[in-house]
Amino acid sequence: MPPVIDARELTRRFGTFTAVDRISFDVTAGEVFGFLGANGAGKTTAIRMLIGLLQPSGGSAHVAGFDVATQAEQVKRSIGYMSQRFSLYEDLTPRENIRLYGGIYGLTLAQIRERTDAMLQRLGASQIADAPVARLPLGWRQKLALSVALVHEPRIVFLDEPTSGVDPITRRQFWELIYEAASRGTTVLVTTHYMDEAEYCDRISIMVAGRIAAIGAPADLKRDNGVETIDELFVQLARPSNPSSPSRPSSPEHP
Amino acid sequence: MTALRGLLHKEWFHIRRDRRTAAVLIALPVVQVLLFGYAIRTDVDNVRLAIVDPAPTNTTLALRQRLTSAGVFRIVAVVPRIDDVDRLFQSGKAQQALVIDSRFTEDLGRGVPAQLLVITDATEPNSGALFQAYAEGVIQQWATSRAGPFGAANAVTIVPRVRVRFNPTRESSNLFVPGLMAFVLTIVAALMTAISLTREKETGTMEALLVSPLRPWEIIVGKVAPYLAVGFASVLLVLIEARLVFHVPFRGSVTLLLVESVLYVLVSLAFGILISARTSSQRIAMMGVFLTTLLPNILLSGFIFPLESMPAVLQWLSFVIPGRWFVAIARGIMLKGIGLEYLWRETLYIAGLATVLLVASIRSFHERLE
Repeated sequence: MPPVIDARELTRRFGTFTAVDRISFDVTAGEVFGFLGANGAGKTTAIRMLIGLLQPSGGSAHVAGFDVATQAEQVKRSIGYMSQRFSLYEDLTPRENIRLYGGIYGLTLAQIRERTDAMLQRLGASQIADAPVARLPLGWRQKLALSVALVHEPRIVFLDEPTSGVDPITRRQFWELIYEAASRGTTVLVTTHYMDEAEYCDRISIMVAGRIAAIGAPADLKRDNGVETIDELFVQLARPSNPSSPSRPSSPEHP
Repeated sequence: MTALRGLLHKEWFHIRRDRRTAAVLIALPVVQVLLFGYAIRTDVDNVRLAIVDPAPTNTTLALRQRLTSAGVFRIVAVVPRIDDVDRLFQSGKAQQALVIDSRFTEDLGRGVPAQLLVITDATEPNSGALFQAYAEGVIQQWATSRAGPFGAANAVTIVPRVRVRFNPTRESSNLFVPGLMAFVLTIVAALMTAISLTREKETGTMEALLVSPLRPWEIIVGKVAPYLAVGFASVLLVLIEARLVFHVPFRGSVTLLLVESVLYVLVSLAFGILISARTSSQRIAMMGVFLTTLLPNILLSGFIFPLESMPAVLQWLSFVIPGRWFVAIARGIMLKGIGLEYLWRETLYIAGLATVLLVASIRSFHERLE
């Protein structure tokens, strides 16, 4: 089976600063792929290139078989996206938000109605479906945001730090939703700060200074590097152990 | 197209949910018309007049009578000495004083030039000049009518006859309503567009729209069209109110005015989009609109302050202000009843500006993706 995400020497420079430096990786269909890295390591820049918001400066990437540099429209149709910033409209109700995004992704009204009911039922959110999102607790909003990002049943969903600021119980529920989507065949690429979440992924990559420092299944990575936890591995990789590599200037996470 | 419809629908929800903004959008034009109509008046009306009459006679009483019967002047004080006038001016009790010479009646009877002095408080120069001219006119008339067919024989008097066209009663409401339309359209179109676009940036929903298959122009149309509709409703509201409350005439084509309004709205919308592209917070966007769009359009459009009395530099500057051209168009259509045969130059300028700015604003939207 061909990979659904295929990055080759993908590079992005801002002036003289290289935010993403020749990264190569692929993600296969149905996989939950964790994208790890410290702040400023280049995760968000890499994702923005993959979802067609940012032109690569070099290399190439294919998402769902489409070239991100030249076929951004088709890429956008094939993916769902949830950013670390909240993406629902707070003055609209969940039902209205679902309807809006369903419409944007070209669903018919009948499809929207059907999926709204199914989704609200699955989340157990029927009783809050008609309250403005602003009045809902953060955990609910995050779960709704993920469901809305999946409303058009995309082949791939990109989640950019979806669980930051969420309590542990909600995080766990959130991950159940991620698994559910993966079990339906959706490929998930998720960035996170929480190292325990890394263990939930089929495979992870750890970005350090714009490059991929490690990639593989969590268990393999731990064994190969002789560490107990991903946390340990992360600290080991992120620490500037090599004095010849200059410390990078602090960079904007969102250029 | 369903995507665009969804977006429009959503924006409509925003406007409806956010009742305070909706109230402002509707109440603002209505209140503005009343405020400008009643508060900012440059009409000559109810002028507070003081009379200095050291030696009252039937003649001077007749003159006084004449002044008050014009319905414009109200005599607030009659004092014997000119020194008393200062006090009245300083306290603001009087805006104008008519000083009658103590030998006025006597001189008039002997055919010697009789002396009258009109003093006007010119703290507000525009209204001061108007009061002065009005008083002179009334006195002139009185003198002519007094002289009669025989009296005029000893002096060749040239009596200018003045005709004030298009706004014969010089109602200031006739002047400000067209300008007010420009003001309301600018607020609704530029301000609301800039705010609603930057709000989506602040909340992060703009990113979700950019990642979606929506094209930039669809996002812009979806965000902007509802405010265009609101802007239009506001214009109609202003026109209806002006007609019902202030009886402002409408002599030209309503269709033409509405078409011109659309062009002007497009210019304002483009300003709003351009400003939102360069700012990331609603607060800064609001300041930006005030400084670059609202203030110049109020100050340099001739809406309130006549352009003719401005320094040459400002007059030149006013040529680039879209509001100036729209105010000229709206006044031309409403008061003079003229059409495109006279207004094509103004129309062409606004249409050209709208095109250039819209292209620039859509391009700025594309750049945002980089």
